Amino acid sequence: MKKIIKKTPLNSVHKKSGAKMIEFGGWEMPVRYKGIIAEHNVTREKAGIFDVSHMGEILINGDKALDELQYLVTNDVSRLKKGQILYTPMCNNSGGVVDDVLIYCKKEREVYLLVVNAANTDKDFEWIKDNIHQENVNVVNISDKTGQISLQGPFAEKILQKVADYNLKNMKHFWFEEDIEIKGVKCLVSRTGYTGEDGFEIYIPWERTELIWNLLLEIGKDNGLEPCGLGARDTLRLEACLPLYGHELRENLTPVAAGLTRFVKLDKGDFLGKDAIEEELSKGPEYKLVAFEMLERGIPRSGYKIVKDDDEVGFVTSGSYSPTLRKNVGLGYVKTEAAKTGEEIHILIRNKKVKAKIVKKPFYNREV
Amino acid sequence: MYPRDLKYTKEHEWIRVEGDEGTVGITHFAQKELGDIVFVELPEEGEEVVQGDSLAVIESVKAVSDVYSPISGTIIQVNQRLEDEPELINKDPYDEGWIVVIKIKDKDELEDLMSNEEYQELLEGEED
Repeated sequence: MKKIIKKTPLNSVHKKSGAKMIEFGGWEMPVRYKGIIAEHNVTREKAGIFDVSHMGEILINGDKALDELQYLVTNDVSRLKKGQILYTPMCNNSGGVVDDVLIYCKKEREVYLLVVNAANTDKDFEWIKDNIHQENVNVVNISDKTGQISLQGPFAEKILQKVADYNLKNMKHFWFEEDIEIKGVKCLVSRTGYTGEDGFEIYIPWERTELIWNLLLEIGKDNGLEPCGLGARDTLRLEACLPLYGHELRENLTPVAAGLTRFVKLDKGDFLGKDAIEEELSKGPEYKLVAFEMLERGIPRSGYKIVKDDDEVGFVTSGSYSPTLRKNVGLGYVKTEAAKTGEEIHILIRNKKVKAKIVKKPFYNREV
Repeated sequence: MYPRDLKYTKEHEWIRVEGDEGTVGITHFAQKELGDIVFVELPEEGEEVVQGDSLAVIESVKAVSDVYSPISGTIIQVNQRLEDEPELINKDPYDEGWIVVIKIKDKDELEDLMSNEEYQELLEGEED
């Protein structure tokens, strides 16, 4: 059977503009336009626009929607007010991460939108349906109807304000507003992102996504806005130490090991993975996710071994040249006893031990 | 973009032969495919290489890629500038972005390589 690769509503726009396309999570996506470093820098310094229509959107509604979500995820969804967003891991019974998701509260207790990783959309949809107890809670996968554009960088607000009929100054980080009109198209706009910069994610009816993309690129020109691909998205999120599913997050590692304990609320009642996470917390995780920078020449890559003295103590989950720091950096799991800031480790690169040092997370923090 | 005086491999290396020495680099197509080059791992001078063996490693932001030797021989010079300025390969793949000079062991091996015309034909196939 031929593998079907999905296309976003902007597929032909990317190809026409000469973007280099790759497959990611079952989707054909642009990895870069002009170059990853230039796109990375423009997002840090001005603004970048990203096609993230591959992300999955799952709508959950019903009288008991909140109760179901409280059981499905580790964070406390009851804290959400209408218009507010929460980041949370979603775990299995052994405390492993099924996915990390954003939950948008559209109506308190009753209507929530989950934004999930592209490669996990189908898995999550089945997982949620299988783990819901109530009959009158609806779970709808609206991914195929929803386009998504991410506008990121210090000039993001200035650019979007030119075309949005809403005062964006009133939108706080991790809040959203529905039915904001952009060129007559009703969009859901949230102040969120995956770059470590200020920015917005815009949810658009599938067939109007191209219109909004072209409009934003046009009106953002004066502010230096450039289209960016998944390559820059990855280096930006790595500098900000935002985890990526399949790399830092996996079904056999808990949120505790991943350093996401602050998104686990043990006092909210029962939830999937609670017992396992409690146990992990009490005895301490075997591995911990750490950030490190290279002290000798070499680029760490996902899957490389981490050694200390001559013992294998862990593995790299992400690594790259960091355009902002101009250093080679990485994230990886290291045995807890070795996972201390300042500790020297070695990354095994092509069978050579290359020196690195564990540093504080994140590598990059924007000045506010 | 693909100078006439060079010979090419199907893995996108080039060699410029002068006497019994050959200067080696990667082609314009290869640097464009890789994108921003941020790291080059170079061999040592005096190392022996066999045609088709990995000679150096080039890393772009996203990709790790081997450079294969177009010819057998001894490495007599390496472009140390690439350690601090790997982007020279992007900017000037045929001149400042050269990687090594090899003292050629057997010139007959050059027969295995492609002319610029043959290489361009190969690229037309790849770009489809």
